[in-house]
Parts: sequence; C-alpha cells; structure tokens
Amino acid sequence: MTKPLKIVVLAKQVPDTRNVGKDAMKADGTVNRAALPAIFNPEDLNALEQSLRLKDKNPGSTIHILTMGPGRAAEIIREGLFRGTNGGILLTDRKFAGADTLATSYALSCAVRKLDPDIIIAGRQAIDGDTAQVGPQVAEKLDWPQVTYAEEILECTGDKITVKRRLEHGVEVVTCALPIVITVNTSAPECRPRNAKFLMKYKHAKTMSELQEQDTDYYANLVNDRCYLRIAEWGVTDIEGEENQFGLKGSPTKVKKIENVVFHAKEAKRLQATDSDIESLMKELIENHTIG
Amino acid sequence: MNNIFVYCEIEKGKVADVSLELLTKGRSLANQLGCSVEALAIGHELSGVEAELFRYGADIVHIADDARLTPYLTLPHTSIVVGIFKEEQPQIALFGATTLGRDLAPRVSSALKSGLTADCTSLEIGDHSDTKGNEYKNLLYQIRPAFGGNIIATIINPDCRPQMATVREGVMRKEVYEYAKTGEVKQVDVSKYVSDTDFVVQIIERHIEERKIDIKDAPIIISGGYGVGSKENFNLLFELASVLGGEVGASRAAVDAGFVDHARQVGQTGVTVRPKLYIACGISGQVQHTAGMQESAMIISINNDPNAPINQIADYAITGDIADVIPKMIKYYKKNSK
Repeated sequence: MTKPLKIVVLAKQVPDTRNVGKDAMKADGTVNRAALPAIFNPEDLNALEQSLRLKDKNPGSTIHILTMGPGRAAEIIREGLFRGTNGGILLTDRKFAGADTLATSYALSCAVRKLDPDIIIAGRQAIDGDTAQVGPQVAEKLDWPQVTYAEEILECTGDKITVKRRLEHGVEVVTCALPIVITVNTSAPECRPRNAKFLMKYKHAKTMSELQEQDTDYYANLVNDRCYLRIAEWGVTDIEGEENQFGLKGSPTKVKKIENVVFHAKEAKRLQATDSDIESLMKELIENHTIG
Repeated sequence: MNNIFVYCEIEKGKVADVSLELLTKGRSLANQLGCSVEALAIGHELSGVEAELFRYGADIVHIADDARLTPYLTLPHTSIVVGIFKEEQPQIALFGATTLGRDLAPRVSSALKSGLTADCTSLEIGDHSDTKGNEYKNLLYQIRPAFGGNIIATIINPDCRPQMATVREGVMRKEVYEYAKTGEVKQVDVSKYVSDTDFVVQIIERHIEERKIDIKDAPIIISGGYGVGSKENFNLLFELASVLGGEVGASRAAVDAGFVDHARQVGQTGVTVRPKLYIACGISGQVQHTAGMQESAMIISINNDPNAPINQIADYAITGDIADVIPKMIKYYKKNSK
C-alpha cells in the first residue's frame, strides 16, 4: 500500500573541482572560483533520482529541492524542475555566509521544519568538501533517524521505508518508520536526463531576485500569471532560527591556515623511454630487491 | 577529565586497524598534552578487547556491552557516545573515516554543537591567536586537503569541545605502545543512555563481503591516472602488475572516467598505500592523490609531461608514453630477473 509522500531533496551547487584547469589558482595562491564551472553536486543528482523513483512508485508525492547558496544556485532548482520535481527553495542570505557544516545543517534543519516533509533525501557528500557531514547533522537537529550510504530505496509502504545501503565490506538492508533522512551514494543509479515537457514548462522559473535583475517586466508578469514558475527565496527571517547559530557565527570550526599545494622538493632521476634507460632501471630495481 | 577519546570500531571481537591507528596517534598527542587516552568500545561480546586497546596506548577503556549494540546502529551508538562525552568532557575525539565513523561522528558533533573535520591527513598540536586578541594554547590542528585537493587547510575549533576529527584507514601509523601496558576498564551502564526509540531503524539483511579488490597491502602498486586514456589501456598496467606481482591502483580521475573500479582508488577519498614500489602512470599528481601514496618507499612516474607535479615527489621520472614504456619494463624485467 503506497501513499503520497512529501519529499525534500537537499542539494548543493558546487564548483567542479574535478575539472580544475591551470587558471583555477590565482597568483596569490587562492582559489579562482570564477574559473571553475558551478555544477549540481554529483551525489545530489543520485539523490534526486531516488526521490523521482519514489514519486513514480508513490503517485501524488511531491518533491522540493532545498538548497543554500548564492542567487545563482537557483540553477539547480531549475534542473530539478526539468526532471520532475514540484518546486524548490533557495536559502540565501548574507547571514548564512561562512557557514561550516554545523551552521549549514542548522539553517537547513530550520527550513525543513517549515516544509514538514516525510522524507529528506540528500547526496552523501559534496565534491567541494567531501565531508559527508550535513546529512547526519540535519537528522540529529531534527531528532530524526538517518540511513547513510544508501544505494537504493527499495520501497516505501504505509509509514515504513526499506533501503539498501552500500558499505565498505558489503551491503545492508534496513527498514525504518518515517520521517527519515537518507543520504545517497555515488553507486546509486545515475539521474535521468531533463524531460522536454518539463523543460518547456519551467524554463522561465525564477526567483524574485532574478526577476528584479531583468530589464523587462515580461518575466515578472509571466511568473505572476503562473505561480508554479516562482522559485521561493528564504532568508534568516523566513526560517525562524537563532541568529547566532547561522553562518560564520554559528560555525565552531575556523580555518586557521590555507596553503597552496607545494610538493616537497626532491630531485627525481630523469629517464627517457629508451631501451637503455629502461633496462638499467629494471636492473637497478632487481639488484636492490625492490622487485623480483 | 579533558582527555582524548577514540571511538573504536569492533567487528566480531576484532578491533579495526583504523581504530588502532587512531589510538597510536591519540597516544602521541596525549603525551604532548599531558593527558590520558580513553577508548570507547561499544558492541557485544567484547571481553578481551581491552588488552589490545591498552597495548596500543589507551589508559581507560569504556566498555558498553549489549546484544543490541551489534551490528552497529546509528542512534544507540550516538546516544552512548554523546552521553559519555557530556559527562567526561573530552578535549579531543577521534573517529575512523569509515562508513561507520562518517555516519556516527557528524551525528555526535551536531548533538554537542561542536566542530568536526572530516578525512584529516595530519593532526598536530599548536597555538592560535585570533584577530580579537584571544590566545588559545594547545589546540588540535586538523589538517586536510580541501577544494578538490588544490589547497591544504588547517582547521581549528577554538571554542567548542570536543575538537572532533575523522581520519581514513591507513593514513596514520599503528604501533604497539607498550606490550605489557594495562589500564582501567569502565563498564558503561547502557540502559542509562539508550532508549527503545533508538532502535527505530532495523537491519533486516546484512552480508558482509570482504573487499574483493584490496590494494592496501600490495607491496607493488602500478597506478594509472586520467592520462592512461582508456579502460583498454589499463590492461597494460594489469599486465605489468601481474609480471611484477603487484596490484593496480588509480587516481580519482581515472575512476570517475570509468577506467577501473572504485576499490582501486588511491588518495584522500580512496585508500592510502605505502608500498615498496609505486609506479604512477599518466598521473599528474594532485595533492589528494599524493596524500594517499607519498610515503611509498620508491616512486616511479611515467608521464608525457616532464613537468607533471608528480615528478617532484618521484624517485625516477620517466618522460614518455606508457604504451612505449610499460612493454619495455616488462621485457627488461623478464630478461634480467632470475
């Protein structure tokens, strides 16, 4: 017996740290964010797919993407809409800036309380930090159980959800009552592509800030006519939290030092791909018992 | 009070390597700080584990033994750890960056509103003064690559305790501290911390499979990067590995490109290896990769680019194409080995 579910997907727009080019570092050793394309965090896409499959199996379910970030992060809410979500909320406020994982999870948990979902699904970790902390930290703040390293949500019937986890040494199938926080691994199925129908329907979905940046009133009128095109923007006052727990103030961890990567100087012996060079290397390795 | 706590993972009475590594590290930090090391052993049928935990440096072992505590479940373990930490007020708490530790540690940090740094590659003790003129003595420097490995960040928790960190298996050395060392065992009253609602998640099926591919203990590793170019080209690496009696490793870029299985990934988000010989093929040498292999006894780099960063930590840097170099290595190994 299935029932409609209220699903919130936690997602993050991240710099694509996997494709770091030569211009990614500035001369002063700091990261040149502008040179890195902003993408939908890969494991959050795995999470999105799990939520869409759950919606397919449980007709009448809704999915909202909740993300925290600057104005341009509305892009990933649109990417969700193009794939079948119902809407999204962008948490954006200068008071959220400088948040570590704890302050981030605090802000997200405040927003989740307002949304009151049955299930939260998130990627295991984001590629710009690889910490895997925000999912469990949100769960703790809500006092909800968590299932991390999920590979597949097997089913959700009544008030019970069954999830397959992929761990270092094997697999585990767990079951739990709702509500719950689930974080999804990269081993889960890839996210489906954009759907042409949804793309047409939602291509002008915008936040209020985005509408204000436009030169014409055309889009504002459009969004007024079609309220499904409005992407919600929430700041600290909208989510009713304690202000000293947001952003830099609410972050117990501080960055003491950032070092540009420098390798220990050690002179490598330079060899060419010639027969004589390779043969003498192999002889040397055999003689000093490194190989053989 | 204000000691260093290490959460110890125990499966079927066996303490995980990563926990022993953390005890070794915790011990050396404790000696520097002049405090004690306390180990948390949470599970079932734990009799005897204390001896091993003492041997690796623990002064006090807290044992929480209850049939319901194994296999690991998030909520009851969180309740016990949070309960003990609230009473004992540790200054530092260390967890393995395993699927278990990365499930548990953030939950604990969130409950205690304390900072947690994931996947540290180095832990040190140092001082700090902030811009407001506050002076902090003997903080835990939690050092880790960040931003895709392009920077190394030193993270501190000046005001919140415990200072929490996770460390991957194999990053720290494990070393017996004293064979005959003993200490104090404290039995934990499980019912004091754990309630029935902590068992809302139930495990209905569990197969523990040994990792099929395990490159961690291989004496020789032939590792490939994105520069290898394709899954097919990796066959050359497998051939050399089989001739030399080694295993094949890979960088994250090669794994992400689908050239080889994730279990072969070396580096910050893969495994850390210390083989006697590491041959890096077409690997540029980003720090999150080198963090996982730089302690190899000997490093040979094969790269088209004579200026690849990997060459700076290599003992031998061969400039050339792997399709050219590897067959020659195989040929001359066979010719010269007895």
